[in-house]
Formats: sequence, structure tokens, C-alpha cells
Amino acid sequence: MSRPASQPPSSEITPESLYLGRRELIKNGVLAAGTAAIVGSGLLWLIGNGPPPDSIEEAPAQQPVQAAQPPAPIQVAVPAASGPYTVDEPLTSLKDVTTYNNFYEFGLDKGDPARNAQNLQTRPWTVSIEGEVKQPQVIDIDTLLGWFPHEERIYRMRCVEAWSMVIPWLGFPLADLIKRLEPTGNAKYVELITLQDEKQMPGQRRPVLDWPYVEGLRMDEAMHPLSLMAVGLYGKMLPNQNGAPLRLVVPWKYGFKNGKSIVKIRFTAEQPKTTWALAAPREYGFYANVNPDVDHPRWSQATERRIGELGRRKTLPFNGYAEEVASLYAGMDPKKLY
Amino acid sequence: MEVTGESLPARPVVAPPRPARRRGAPTPWLQPGIFIGALVPLAAIVWRTFQGTLSANPIAEIINELGLAAIIFLVASLACTPARWVFGWTWPVRVRRELGLFAFFYAVLHFLMYLVDQTFDLGIILEDIALRPFITVGFLALVLMVPLAVTSTSGAVRRLGFRRWQRLHYLTYAAGILAVVHFIWRVKIDLSQPMMYATVLAVLLLIRVAFWLRKRRISGAGGGAAPSGPAPAS
Repeated sequence: MSRPASQPPSSEITPESLYLGRRELIKNGVLAAGTAAIVGSGLLWLIGNGPPPDSIEEAPAQQPVQAAQPPAPIQVAVPAASGPYTVDEPLTSLKDVTTYNNFYEFGLDKGDPARNAQNLQTRPWTVSIEGEVKQPQVIDIDTLLGWFPHEERIYRMRCVEAWSMVIPWLGFPLADLIKRLEPTGNAKYVELITLQDEKQMPGQRRPVLDWPYVEGLRMDEAMHPLSLMAVGLYGKMLPNQNGAPLRLVVPWKYGFKNGKSIVKIRFTAEQPKTTWALAAPREYGFYANVNPDVDHPRWSQATERRIGELGRRKTLPFNGYAEEVASLYAGMDPKKLY
Repeated sequence: MEVTGESLPARPVVAPPRPARRRGAPTPWLQPGIFIGALVPLAAIVWRTFQGTLSANPIAEIINELGLAAIIFLVASLACTPARWVFGWTWPVRVRRELGLFAFFYAVLHFLMYLVDQTFDLGIILEDIALRPFITVGFLALVLMVPLAVTSTSGAVRRLGFRRWQRLHYLTYAAGILAVVHFIWRVKIDLSQPMMYATVLAVLLLIRVAFWLRKRRISGAGGGAAPSGPAPAS
């Protein structure tokens, strides 16, 4: 283009690049902010949620379950006194005990049970007694709970994932229940079966495990005084995410042995086909005794993170209960007891 | 230096207009936008750490999130070239280096948090790397990413020569595969999430193989025709 003579000298004209520059700058700023927002939220979605959760439609995620329905206090007949029934280590906080749970029936994330377990109806609830037993029967949970005084037991809980807690449970010895139920002479094992109801347990809508969850003990393990049927923790009824209304606690075994929300107790002559042993037989056995010398095929079991602590603790044989329970396994190959 | 109006008529009509070139890439907002967005997962971790809203096992949670971020960026950086081939987009190639460097950044943080988790106990860490396959492959993926990050500059491309640089950077695929295997082996039971990344990675690899085969067929047909004497008139 030719330039008319009346035009000011080129030095006085705002350079086109600058004039364009300001508009350009604003446009680019907005576009950069938009890109950042899309990339950032996309990443948070992928990292935070992963695959979409199963239970969005029902779970009011914002309120923890304790707030919605405070568990009732329990009458404690026998406080945790001494010996193996208490632990001289700081308790894991109630918040951590009730918000960091492996309870796949309510979702795979550790926070899922606290979010999703509110819909579990623990009353009315019955426990069916089956198998090698003098009198098969269906017992109402409150009847069952009324049979025994509630003792406090402070136990270590060691998860197979190499973390641990110290939890003040309330309950009664499994041995007392078994004696009362009178199994026959054929009963060599006791099998504990968790509720199966995908309406209440949204995690069961996905076949991650072979539902219902089945756990079990050899009869002498079940009769051991340390084996506890827990009905509460921290002086209150069990929160749903911790296995209400009735769960097993076997402190010398990895946590997955502790069947939760039990609806069926079956006495059998054969070793029960337990859920994790079926899902990954190379990694999880029937015995699952805590043993720092037998590693999980994928990770070490030598140390553990105690929840709430920054360092790691050395894992103890039988989770520190060797004195009480090692004799149960005399003559057995410890490599087979993982 | 300064291009004035007078010189324009002398230039050929097809010449690209100069101001557009001076403004640089047509999407100057893209790289800064991705840069800020890519830091969001880290910012979220730092924020939750100070708010105390991480889970009861915060170190494990942070390790998992950093590792997942690394895999996402690794897979994203591997998607750039196939995206150009399949959709004809050029912008992903312009952010490829940035995505790759963020993959390395998050992988290094992931490894550092693992060291914190093991309380820097060298004995345990070496045993883990040597004896536990899922840690071995994860560590190998990180090691493979080191030369890639070091040679990510334009200067490195020039020094190495493009062909050699490109061949070196095929290692990204090895790192991606090892990282996804690391993820699969780490998961306790539900493989749906690592399998999602494995599937995306496999699709990206298949696209590359398909394009490579097509290119070889085309060049092979062209090269084979010349020395085979007079071709029959078609």
C-alpha cells in the first residue's frame, strides 16, 4: 500500500504489533486460564476418582456416618485389664479407625465404607447357625448380644497391606458363642459369612470378589481366648463401616481374616473356601498369620506403618501374640501359614 | 530488521505475512495453560496436607496420586504423535516435550515419596528394587526417563541428530509399558483402573505399528519398482 502525504511519520503510529498485542494478550490469557482449568480438573478427576464410583446416587458423601447416626454406648462389663487383652501402645484415633477401612462391600477406596455404609440396616438382623451343629437355628442379633457380657479388648490390627492400628474393641469371646451353639464332633472349622445385599452394599454390584465374603478359622483357633466377636469399639456400638452389628477380630492374623457384618455361622468338617484365598491363592492363604519373615509375593511384610505415625514399626511374629498362639501351629511349616 | 510497508509489494504474493510469524506459534496460550493445569494435582496434595484432609495413611495416598499423575502424563505424551497422524492435529506435538517433562517430574516426586515412606532405609530400598518385581519395573521406568528428560532440549536434538534423537526417544514406549505394568502389579484386586491405561497405551502402540507398516509398504513398493526393469504398462 502507498502512504498518503498527510499521514504522521511512522515513528508516531502505534506499532501494529503493540496494538494487536494488548487484545492478543487478553485473549491468550483467557485461553491459557481455560486450558489450565480443563487440564487441572481433568487430572483431578482422573487421579481423585479414577473409574466412576458405584454409589453416587445414594451416598450423601459430605457427612461422615457418625454424625448422621451416633452409635449407642454399650455397657462394658469387663474393661481391658491386662496381659494380651490390652496393648501398651497409643490407641489409633476414632476418626482414623472409622474413616480408613477396607470393606470392599462398600467400595474399594479406604474412604468409601465411611461414605457408603450409612444405608446398611443393622436392625432387624439375624444370624443363621448352620452345618455341623446340634441345633441349626436363626438367632435375632439382640438375643445373641444379650447372651454375653461385653468385654473391652485393646488389640493391634495388622493389615496385609503393611499398615496397622491399635483399636479398643468391645465384644465377647468367640469361644463362648461356639460353646453355647454346641457344634457336633464333626465340626473342624467355623465359617463366617458376611451379608450379601447389593442394595445396602453398593460395592457388591461389581464382581471384584466372589460375594458374599467368606472367612473362617480352624476350630482350635476359633476357641482361642483371643478370638473375639466384636459388637463395638471406643465404648460404642460398631459403626457400620467397621462391620456392624457383629464382626470377628483375630488379632494375630492379617485384617482380612476378620469377617464383618456376619449373617451366617457354619460349622464344617472341611476347610472353608475363604474369599481372598479363592481370589488370589498365591498371595493370601487360609491361615494368614502375621509373619514378618514371610513376605507377600509382591511386597515386604517386615515392617508396617502404624496409622498416625510417620516412621515404620517392625512387624512382630503373630502380630505380637506369639506367646499366646504360636503353640496352635506347632509342627506346621510356617511358610504355609501366611 | 524492521519490515516496513514499502517492501511488501516487492515480495511474492504467496509469502506468509510477517506479523503472523512474529507472534510465534498460533497457540501461545497452550503451553502456559497446560503448565499451570499440570501443577494442579501437586497443588491439591500440598493443600490437603496443610488442611489435614488427606486420609489416615497420607504418605501412601500421596505416593499413589503422584504415580498416577506420572502415568497420565506419560500416556498423554505418547498420544501426541499418533494424534497428528490420525486427526491431522499439530498442536499436540508442540506440547509433547512439556507433557513428557511433567511425566518425569511426577515420577521423580513419586519415587522421592517412596523413599520417605521407607524412611530412607537404603537396605530396604535396594532389597525392594532388586527383589520385588513391581518395584523393579517402576524403578526401571524412572531410570529410562532420565536420558529422555536430559535430551529433551532443542540443543540435544541438534547435537544428537534427529534420527538418533528419535531412536533414543522410542524409549518412552518402554517407560510407558513398564509404568503400566508397575501399576497392574501393584493393585490388590481391582484391575479396572490400570487396565484403562494399559488399553490406551496398547491402542497408541497399534496405531504406530499400523502407520509404520503402511509406510514400509509404500516405500517398499516404490523402491522395488525401480530396479525391476521395465514395468508392464498398466
